[in-house]
Amino acid sequence: MDILALEAKKTNGAEPEKKPTSRPKPKPQKKAKRIVYFEVEIVDLKTKEKLLLLDKVEPTSTVLDIKALFHKSYPKWYPARQALCLDPKAKCLRDEEVLQTLPVGTTASFYFSDLGPQLTWGTVFLAECLGPLILYLMFYFRLPFIYSPKYDFTSSKHWVVHLACMCHSFHYIKRVLETLFVHRISHGTMPLRNIFKNCGYYWCSAAWMAYYINHPLYTTPFYGQQQVNTGLYIFLFCQIGNFSIHVALRNLKPPGSKVKKIPYPTKNPFTWIFWLVSCPNYTYELGSWIGFTVMTQCVPVAFFTLVAFIQMTVWAKGKHRSYLKEFRDYPTLRSSILPFIL
Amino acid sequence: MSAAAPGTSKAAHGEAGPKKKKGPGALATAYLVIYNVVMTAGWLVIAVGLVRAYLARGSYHGLYYSIEKPLKFVLWAAENSFFPYLTVFSVLSPNSGIVPSSVVLTGFQVMSRVFLTWAVTHSVREVQSEDSVLLFVTAWTITEIIRYSFYTFSLLNHLPYLIKWARYTFFIVLYPMGVTGELLTIYAALPYVQKTGLYSVTLPNKYNFSFDYYTFLILVMVSYIPLFPQLYFHMIRQRKKVLGHTEDYSKIE
Repeated sequence: MDILALEAKKTNGAEPEKKPTSRPKPKPQKKAKRIVYFEVEIVDLKTKEKLLLLDKVEPTSTVLDIKALFHKSYPKWYPARQALCLDPKAKCLRDEEVLQTLPVGTTASFYFSDLGPQLTWGTVFLAECLGPLILYLMFYFRLPFIYSPKYDFTSSKHWVVHLACMCHSFHYIKRVLETLFVHRISHGTMPLRNIFKNCGYYWCSAAWMAYYINHPLYTTPFYGQQQVNTGLYIFLFCQIGNFSIHVALRNLKPPGSKVKKIPYPTKNPFTWIFWLVSCPNYTYELGSWIGFTVMTQCVPVAFFTLVAFIQMTVWAKGKHRSYLKEFRDYPTLRSSILPFIL
Repeated sequence: MSAAAPGTSKAAHGEAGPKKKKGPGALATAYLVIYNVVMTAGWLVIAVGLVRAYLARGSYHGLYYSIEKPLKFVLWAAENSFFPYLTVFSVLSPNSGIVPSSVVLTGFQVMSRVFLTWAVTHSVREVQSEDSVLLFVTAWTITEIIRYSFYTFSLLNHLPYLIKWARYTFFIVLYPMGVTGELLTIYAALPYVQKTGLYSVTLPNKYNFSFDYYTFLILVMVSYIPLFPQLYFHMIRQRKKVLGHTEDYSKIE
């Protein structure tokens, strides 16, 4: 027995015949507050069939914990595949939300809907980027059945075609490496069906551009080498800028944290655009494609740039709005994607 | 084909959702009534033109020439009111209460009609004498007279049951009829397009781009496969929603 146990024995059991000297009665110890456990019922959103009843769920449990418990009973529905909401017409609950903070009594009903098979965003980004990279090279090397047989495995006589291939490949290799080593993707997954839509768009666009740039009848830019160089400088400048922004955004939050901060310019001059724009990564991305359009003087590239600009503007406006909503001291000078314009 | 007319709210269709939106204001209603009356009148002119030409000739061959100008005018009016409508009401004032029930379907419909009238029938003169042209023009005319009069009466809150019933019943025959006419017309245009190289751009050129109008027309025809059933079943669902209740049959508005 250790000393503390012996000490306790002395005080409790020693000399019971002796009357203790009168002491003020010790206050009764406060009982630990009784935890009120929750009863959670999970109902199928479509069929209204009761799928699971969880009793004794701790009030500090998060929605993710409930999803994990549900997953134990239904292994085919892993947490990322589940959408839980409090009302059939309400928005789905976020994984971080805590049970006791939700507007429910001690008996909570959750409506479950299956989101279908899910993929991590990283996987989707890789698929989006590797496709264009491989497809472009297939057109560049003029594999059979693309152009007429006499051009199979031939090489273009124009220097700009080789330069365009280097730039395009560099862009997508950079994106692959950023996905693997730079980006911290906060949202977990996306539905499997989205990969077909996203990849379809990127892959078809890359094939369409590559077909014309590597075509045996390709015509070099109107203003010659000067135009090619201008396009190349714009492209490279914006690629470095885009990378700088991605690094700055990565350094903004430590790994695993979900704390959001306002991005500000750093010592790197490429990040100074943060004074004017909320999403400079999109600004630089747009600049890269404008440079590539100037360099190749190709309508499909211009069309892809326009579509990309529209899509990125939608994303940038959404991000800008969320910044304004989240931070009261958000810099008022900033635009979404184009300084002072948009 | 029929999605909502430019400038008709769901409320105007009796399709208001659970959230009751404030209806269009007096000025907006006036604009919409005038627009729908003009469009009804325009399509009526085409209908009268078709009937008069048929009675005068005693044959339905080549009736397109008699209604070419009013058809182009009506489509021009539809196009020029639909797109400004979208920008003014949907972009600048999204809470104005006059957001169309199906912008995408309406946009697709307007575009397809303009395309068929100008890019096919107007551009390939040889197809203008085809019976298929008359087929889609007749289908469009009947559909649009019913549709625009339906919108007009809805906006005035005096919708006769007959028009409501016609709006959600005639399409069952008229849509397939119109689509058949459209597809046959495009098909008839293909040999002429291939022979003349109409609207086609070939390499080499300084823009490094080629376009084959013949292939494009084939793709347009193929696009009808997924798009037409969507539109058709959308209307069937609308019909169930609007005419599906038994009390609706007995009630004359």
